[in-house]
Amino acid sequence: MNNIFIYIETEGGKIADVSLELLTKARSLAKELSCEVEALIIGDSVAQHKEELFKYGAQTIHVAEDKKLKHYLTLPYSSIVISVLKKENPQIALFGATSVGRDLAPRVSSALVSGLTADCTSLEIGDHKEVKSGKEYKNLLYQIRPAFGGNIIATIINPDCRPQMATVREGVMKKEALDVAVKGKVKVIDTAAIIKDEDFVVEIIERHIEERKIDIKGSPVIIAGGFGVGSKENFKLLYDLAAVLGAEVGASRAAVDAGFAEPARQIGQTGVTVRPKLYIAVGISGQIQHTAGMDQSAMIISINNDPAAPIHQIADYAIVGDLNEIIPRMIKSYKLNSK
Amino acid sequence: MTKKLKIVVLAKQVPDTRNVGKNAMKEDGTVNRAALPAIFNPEDMNALEQALRLKDRFPGSQVLLLTMGPSRAAEIIREGYYRGADGGVLLTDRKFAGADTLATSYALSMAIKKIGPDIIIAGRQAIDGDTAQVGPQVAEKLNYPQVTYAEDITGFDGDKLVVKRRLERGVETVKTPLPAVITVHATAPDCRPRHAKHLMKYKHARTFTEEQDNEHNSYLPIEAKTNLRIPEWGVADVGGDEIHYGLSGSPTKVKKIENIVHQAKESKILTSSFEDIDSLIKELFSSHTIG
Repeated sequence: MNNIFIYIETEGGKIADVSLELLTKARSLAKELSCEVEALIIGDSVAQHKEELFKYGAQTIHVAEDKKLKHYLTLPYSSIVISVLKKENPQIALFGATSVGRDLAPRVSSALVSGLTADCTSLEIGDHKEVKSGKEYKNLLYQIRPAFGGNIIATIINPDCRPQMATVREGVMKKEALDVAVKGKVKVIDTAAIIKDEDFVVEIIERHIEERKIDIKGSPVIIAGGFGVGSKENFKLLYDLAAVLGAEVGASRAAVDAGFAEPARQIGQTGVTVRPKLYIAVGISGQIQHTAGMDQSAMIISINNDPAAPIHQIADYAIVGDLNEIIPRMIKSYKLNSK
Repeated sequence: MTKKLKIVVLAKQVPDTRNVGKNAMKEDGTVNRAALPAIFNPEDMNALEQALRLKDRFPGSQVLLLTMGPSRAAEIIREGYYRGADGGVLLTDRKFAGADTLATSYALSMAIKKIGPDIIIAGRQAIDGDTAQVGPQVAEKLNYPQVTYAEDITGFDGDKLVVKRRLERGVETVKTPLPAVITVHATAPDCRPRHAKHLMKYKHARTFTEEQDNEHNSYLPIEAKTNLRIPEWGVADVGGDEIHYGLSGSPTKVKKIENIVHQAKESKILTSSFEDIDSLIKELFSSHTIG
């Protein structure tokens, strides 16, 4: 009762990074709230993951296993999550903001008639006083996210409904295992009692799930292009520089929308969140939508011909000028200095 | 096949947050939301196209827009008409105001129950909130299956719909019985353009409120043409429990809004000269940031 629940997503037999990031975050929230962290995992053979979940601080693991649950399907998965959350009545339930989490969490929140906040970039514990009634609430979950195209940052709360639900994107929170795994317990969910034949009316006919080939998150150096790069052809310059530096190429939402780069390269609130050693922003204006996904980078270099571009203000080095001149000079200088 | 489908497209009028121009900025560097143009939410356009394609394939099918918003959101219904829809409903009532995604889904689901469609198609998410919650929540309220991130509705055998979904790491094709809620991803085909004939015919379509508010009375009266009347539905029309609408039906509350003002941090400004760039690259080497 009153604990924090993390929905654990698996893919290709592995726990998704975002689930471990959420467990890491849940540990610190649980400490503040003096409650426990529980994990909920659904699939075909998923109990094998329990040791890893203990390592990340799950004190109780709820396991729903069934051959029919090999692949994610909205209806049976949501039936199980709804049933478990109703029974356990946690104060907080968190999901990864993945294709699965963003399909599952809203359905669950609707069934539980509880509030859900999508794509949070920060979660904090805090109090609230209702202005009208003067009613005071202690230890609410502050669900913080950019909204309105990233032009505002909103703090959302669910004063009265439980659980307080939120989704969080992969890479936003840190992932940290414990030195010593907790000695937790496993609770097996009686799936047969929950899922019904009607839950399987939607069938998967075919799926090619490809591992993401473009690995922006794992790259220590990222060259990201924005709408200001101008064209798909001009993006080639970024790839040239990336090849020299051993970097990966990223893109802003505007550049992806314009067709300059593939969606898998998108960095920002509606893309991946990155924190590389070096981030080179080329032709990116620096809307919060984008910077929310990269402002934790250790070093930022901005290249933009507009001296007033907001990106320059969060950069450690701001180069004002034409990328068509600057990037070839960077490549040349790199070759000269790298011996 | 002679199957005729009744399709509801959920669409939202949103401020165009993608291109915040200088004239939409206030002096303090924050966005003046009122100055942003109101547009048809982009992914709802993709949804409309999927509906129109079904209508193309199954003649006699009906495509209806359903939107919730203030009086000016009737523009969404007209835009739908221009592109080939058969009609629409504007859900509008002061009691809907302040709705979060859950209260919005409740209102939409009540209106959908009244319409009784075979398929509900919506954009994956709206650009003003990017939550992607309303589609699945509507599906849950109606107890219908949901198929999210649709890229294409590839088939319909008179019984089940085949939908290709775009996921983070690939594609998946699923088959769903009807009625169902489909949410459409931005990678789906763009919507067809407006049709001149429809534009001429439906530009005079009006809600009752719009007619009343028209102080200049500059456009033609609707006369007795009932097909040009855009219906407005309120709580009284769709029924349901008032507690679930608007602010009281919204579990989430906005505690705080911070306008984004870009904070200056100490940055070194460099020119595009080779000397400046070369010294920067040297610094990156010496700090082991690269190399």
